[in-house]
Amino acid sequence: MFLLQANTTSIISVADLQLIAPELILTACACVALVMEVILPYRKSKLTAYFSLVGVALAFISLAVQWWYIGNALPFDGFYGMVRIDGFALLFKAIFLIAAALAIGLSTRFLDIEGEQHGEYYSLILFATVGMMFIACGYDLISLYISLELMALTFYVLVAFTKREKKSNEAAMKYFLLGAFSSGVLLYGMSLLYGIAGSTNIGDIGNSVSTLVPRIQGALQAAAGTGGLPDQIAGLRPLLLLAMIALSAGLFFKVAAVPFHMWAPDVYEGAPTSVTAFLSTGSKAASFALYWRIFSVALEGMRADWAPLLGLVAAITIMVGNWAAVTQENSKRLLAYSSISNAGYLLLGLIAGNLYGYLGLIIYLFVYTLMNMGAFGVIISLRRRGIIGDNVDDLTGLGQKAPFMAAMMAIFMLSLGGLPMTGGFIGKYFLFGGLIQRGAADGKQWYYWLAGWAILNTVVSFYYYVRFIKVMYLGDRIADNRPLALSPALQTALVVSVIGIIALGIYPQPFIKLAQDLLGPLNL
Amino acid sequence: MTNSYILSFITWLPAVGAILILALMKKDQSSLIKKFATAWFALDFIASLWLLKYNRSTGGMQFLEDYQWIPIIGARYQMGVDGVSVLLIVLTTLLGAIAALSSWEYIQKREKEYYVLLLLLQTAVIGVFASMDLFLFYLFFEVSLVPMYFLIGIWGGENRLYAAIKFFLYTLVGSVVMLLGVLKMYFLTQDTALTSRISSETVNLLAGNEQAAQLVSSTLQAAAANGTGTFNILYMQAMGSVLPMGTMQILLFAAFALGFAIKVPMFPFHTWLPDAHVEAPTAGSVILAGILLKLGTYGFYRFNLPMFPAASRDQSSWTTSFGTFGVRSVIVFLAIVSIIYGALAAMYFVVKRDGDVKKLVAYSSVSSMGMVMLGLFALNPNGVNGGVMQMVNHGIYSGALFLLVGIIYERRHTRNVAEFGGLSHVMPGYAAIFLGMVMTAIGLPLLAVFISEFLALRGAFEANPWWAAWAALGIILNAGYFLWLYQRMFFGTIDNPKNERLPDLKGREWAYMAPLMILSLWIGVYPKPFLEYIQQPVNAVVKQVRPDYVIGEKEPQITQNR
Repeated sequence: MFLLQANTTSIISVADLQLIAPELILTACACVALVMEVILPYRKSKLTAYFSLVGVALAFISLAVQWWYIGNALPFDGFYGMVRIDGFALLFKAIFLIAAALAIGLSTRFLDIEGEQHGEYYSLILFATVGMMFIACGYDLISLYISLELMALTFYVLVAFTKREKKSNEAAMKYFLLGAFSSGVLLYGMSLLYGIAGSTNIGDIGNSVSTLVPRIQGALQAAAGTGGLPDQIAGLRPLLLLAMIALSAGLFFKVAAVPFHMWAPDVYEGAPTSVTAFLSTGSKAASFALYWRIFSVALEGMRADWAPLLGLVAAITIMVGNWAAVTQENSKRLLAYSSISNAGYLLLGLIAGNLYGYLGLIIYLFVYTLMNMGAFGVIISLRRRGIIGDNVDDLTGLGQKAPFMAAMMAIFMLSLGGLPMTGGFIGKYFLFGGLIQRGAADGKQWYYWLAGWAILNTVVSFYYYVRFIKVMYLGDRIADNRPLALSPALQTALVVSVIGIIALGIYPQPFIKLAQDLLGPLNL
Repeated sequence: MTNSYILSFITWLPAVGAILILALMKKDQSSLIKKFATAWFALDFIASLWLLKYNRSTGGMQFLEDYQWIPIIGARYQMGVDGVSVLLIVLTTLLGAIAALSSWEYIQKREKEYYVLLLLLQTAVIGVFASMDLFLFYLFFEVSLVPMYFLIGIWGGENRLYAAIKFFLYTLVGSVVMLLGVLKMYFLTQDTALTSRISSETVNLLAGNEQAAQLVSSTLQAAAANGTGTFNILYMQAMGSVLPMGTMQILLFAAFALGFAIKVPMFPFHTWLPDAHVEAPTAGSVILAGILLKLGTYGFYRFNLPMFPAASRDQSSWTTSFGTFGVRSVIVFLAIVSIIYGALAAMYFVVKRDGDVKKLVAYSSVSSMGMVMLGLFALNPNGVNGGVMQMVNHGIYSGALFLLVGIIYERRHTRNVAEFGGLSHVMPGYAAIFLGMVMTAIGLPLLAVFISEFLALRGAFEANPWWAAWAALGIILNAGYFLWLYQRMFFGTIDNPKNERLPDLKGREWAYMAPLMILSLWIGVYPKPFLEYIQQPVNAVVKQVRPDYVIGEKEPQITQNR
């Protein structure tokens, strides 16, 4: 069928290329960045950073153009269903581009300090972003898997980028081994799913799963009624469950959910801080996009099976992440555990599976990108060559040394905890609201208990977020009197993040409206 | 409906002041900053006096404001106050000005940040009392934690870090659980099977006047146009009358009650209070005891009673071998335990060799707030009037006592009871004011607390004579330890040479103690104007909780669950 079509029409049409214009722009820029690295002398290699920023901006513009012109007529399919541009894809791509821009802003200063200012760094960041964006718009197991691997491979390199540091190398090795393993598990789940549904297209799989599940249930019920053996089709149920479990296990790895979270603290600590920032926001958002597509579209028919599993994992993840973070001294490790617990909160949106939950997921991912980037940005500003500056205590007295930076850090931390008037609160509000709405709709109590458990754990999370505020403000001692290592790009990134968080916290209407307009028509 | 701007003005004025200080003044201009901040607080107090124009014969919610804010989730910027809120807001602005004035010498480091935080706290607290939208209320309610955390954590005593984080996390537990309740209430307003049964009489009763009722209906129209629910507090209260009694209502009651009970604080949720009080700077203690504790009791009055009337009057949900009891029985029991436990604990700090006066006042607050809760859950006009008045009175006398303790601490740098004795010889003015406030606290007739305790006890007696009897025991204990304290500190001879040259009250100190003393006398001698403010709203709440209760008649038997 596919071949027949390919013979009669051209394989790639202009319309298809227009659909992936932002990715094409980024890819081109990434290639140019590679060349620039070779041509430019070392001391001018910062130009590559600015060039990459321009590339991201261009991609963002082309994304905005897409939204402007075809925003009302979504979704669009391209490349024979390999790619689907819908509101979901547009929103996630916007998050990835913002994350990439902020990451580049953080990186320039960091690489200067480390003496590793190389053009290919920015090229890798752009390639990772391209991978993320294809995850957002991929609508086929194959395109999804390839883009996931594109992202993962670039991150393996990025984590090892400060090649003279042992910790960085160790982190990259761990990340690579575990990442490759988890990709294998994920691929196994995908192949099973293909075997059951007979298609790699997400939509087709979704249709066949939701017709299969009632038939299997009918067969099992009929067999239970007569006492005989069930119909042959019931034999698919273990396969379906296996596929579901393999897929969720692979994805638990990617989003760093318990019990597959162990890599995160080591990798976050060892990786260059700017890469950690990008890894904890962009890569996590991309993994959630993949999760969303596979579970809420392809496996929607099996919600009754996977919702309790995800609920249990989310509950444990939230607890483990928060309680482990309490004892950390290294701020990068602390934020790694906080990011584990946040993976748990984000899972709540998928578990809720209604508009509120999905809005919560997308808004929280967006805010999470801003506040995590900001927090890592402040940590980078403390760094100078020879002094790592990533212990919590290194922030001591920042409130008096650099009041503006300290105030921003405090806002990032309070937002991570979810205090009202910050964006973090709005995200959590929707996540919990989604759970409660689902609990009322399904008449199941465990949704309420899950919400209660999750929200009680936010109190624990406040304990360690407030620790940053405590060391910054409550003491009279100042850890280090020398000025901070700031650069215009870094400062801009931080200020943009703060403004975004506050705007979302105080007047979230436009953000929610945009998200709802784009997600609403998906019949989620 | 025309918007009145006065509430927003009063609420946001302190925040504007904070921004002005941040933007215009330098760190080392501390004398300018403290004068400016105090003047700004006084300005806010004067502005809040405008609220006393509240129309007492009409009652209900007045000075309404309504703007679109986040239509997509049904949250609006709605403000409005009834008589109870009016009294509490004026008390807040008064205590704010006093707190700022009292800090001039006490605070010696990082003055700029201090006054900025004090002003921000003021905005958050006034916002809590003025909100008519639950989402807005929740924002203010939770944000108020942050400035207080800094006030305790930076300018507190030796153990301040521990006290600050304990205060923050402890009260946070309550408010996050409340968030789930808030969400559930919001989704219930979208449940048409439930909301269609709300009668307009209930809305009118709770709104109290035509404009407020109109506001509710226009809010509903806007919500329906957007396809959302609403956070309007009046509408949620009205929904309470049709909310079926059962596990859901009890859990909702519990979700709200936990948040407020920790704030109050009721036994057994009171353990954060002594730590926070002892470590907080004087002004922090004044605001904490005078205002922040009221957020809890105000929450019970504004939310728990009218929103969950069936749960509030429930005395028969559970049957155990001890007897039959319900939600109200639990709350009343905890209130009485708070009254007696707080008094006993306070007494311990007089007897103890190195008893801390501040801890004593803190525990007496637990006792006093228990009285508020008992009055509120007496569920009759006398009791609720008494409870509300006790909120105001407690704000006056506990604020004053903390100030007095702060004054002596500034002079002696100790708060140990055993260090003092015979102070009345060297500080006659101080001793006189202290006596006045101690007498207020133990409920001497012609002073403020007598009125409120009398009303609350009378209400409790009407509901169940045994409750009043147990509470009266607490009052006797109260009198006991306060008099004992006064005796140990002020009478006898000066046996500690360090006390011989203590200066008496100065002009600035008289300036902030006098209004509180005058207010205490005024309420004690002629409470009618104050009671008039709260009468109509209180009657509406009682009517909502107990529809069969005829105001002015003898107490009927509590009806069982319906």
